[in-house]
Amino acid sequence: MSHGHEHVSNISRIWKVFGILSAVTIVEVILGIYKPDSLHFSHFLGMSLLNWIFYGLTVFKAYYIVWAFMHMEGEKSSLRSAVVIPVIFLILYLLFILLTEGNYIYGVFKDSTIKWNF
Amino acid sequence: MEATVTTANSEEKTWGGGDNQPMGASYGKLMMWFFIVSDALTFSGFLAAYGFSRFKFIETWPLADEVFTHFPFMHGVSAPMYYVALMTFILIFSSVTMVLAVDAGHQMKKDKVVIYMFLTIIGGGIFVGSQAWEWKNFIKGEYGAIETKGGSLLQFVDKDGKRVALAEFAATLPEVRERLTRDKAKWFMEEGSLPSYSVAEVQAGFKAHPDLLIRTETITADKQKTILSRAESEQRLTQASLVVEGANLTRNEYGSKLFADFFFFITGFHGFHVLSGVIINIIIFFNVLLGTYEKRKSYEMVEKVGLYWHFVDLVWVFVFTVFYLV
Repeated sequence: MSHGHEHVSNISRIWKVFGILSAVTIVEVILGIYKPDSLHFSHFLGMSLLNWIFYGLTVFKAYYIVWAFMHMEGEKSSLRSAVVIPVIFLILYLLFILLTEGNYIYGVFKDSTIKWNF
Repeated sequence: MEATVTTANSEEKTWGGGDNQPMGASYGKLMMWFFIVSDALTFSGFLAAYGFSRFKFIETWPLADEVFTHFPFMHGVSAPMYYVALMTFILIFSSVTMVLAVDAGHQMKKDKVVIYMFLTIIGGGIFVGSQAWEWKNFIKGEYGAIETKGGSLLQFVDKDGKRVALAEFAATLPEVRERLTRDKAKWFMEEGSLPSYSVAEVQAGFKAHPDLLIRTETITADKQKTILSRAESEQRLTQASLVVEGANLTRNEYGSKLFADFFFFITGFHGFHVLSGVIINIIIFFNVLLGTYEKRKSYEMVEKVGLYWHFVDLVWVFVFTVFYLV
């Protein structure tokens, strides 16, 4: 970014992204307070639909923070891949193992004579 | 000296990686990115561990809406979420001022960088202060609860299901409880401060108020906590072993013991990141004031701390979802 490349000001984009992030946060808070029954009591892949929406919106916000604020969009694609791919892969992997295991232990406590041990 | 220096390093300062820029980013920026990757994985490890415990105790986990209900200057009003939402806005806004500082730095406008960096530092300070206030409420607790011999938690509600604090019904018995201290104990034993009421006082108070009921940790099908009948409540209360008020690392009045541990650890670790971010921002702020980057003809250092600051904001976005929304 530092060579010869003239730096155009992206102030308007910064404020636009701030608007998007604020709007998404407001939507999250409204959903969190009213918890619409149709979303709150539905079940999809281990969580309610409402929770999936919350996670979706969170990742959406994360995308804007990394791409606009951390200016990932201006980096070379090799740097983008080097940072984003390992993080996404490792996090999904970790979440998969731990959540599956947590759910399994829940089943053990529920169905066996062990009630609580740690 | 001159003769022993290798000629390949003819540049005056090579500690910054020289002109060699893999992936088109300077040494410092690249290292900041890799630090962020590793830190992101650390935080995901914590949040995944939280998810593990939550899935394990999926039927008894505390409901966030009932735990975080405070708002400054609004006593007794149940305001879930508003306060953390406000904290989120503060942090996002300080991220905006940071990115504006970076932008001003690109155009070599020192005065603007100074103003925006200053606003960022103020935002970070307000956020850390808000988190301290949140911790204070969490540690102090509001209602108090009873822990049974089996380790589960009992909370008290009135006929309408509204939470009742121990102070509202506990009897005062003419008993003297003494705190166990080292000099009176048999073997290196001592206890922390005594709760305001003893188990016997809570039990007597419960008996004297026939309209009180007990709420257990178990979550029902309509995602509320189970409220027992009066007979069941009396039966459960005979197994009481401890009065729990507020939260510490051992037990808390909200429910699962791990809940408070994760809350303290994850928000504490994040708060520590914010605090370090504020300190680093202050250092860079003074460097800007002194004109260090003006002399260097590059405000890249502001950009690098900016990356860290945005990362802290990014983590908060996830902590907010995991602890307060889901």
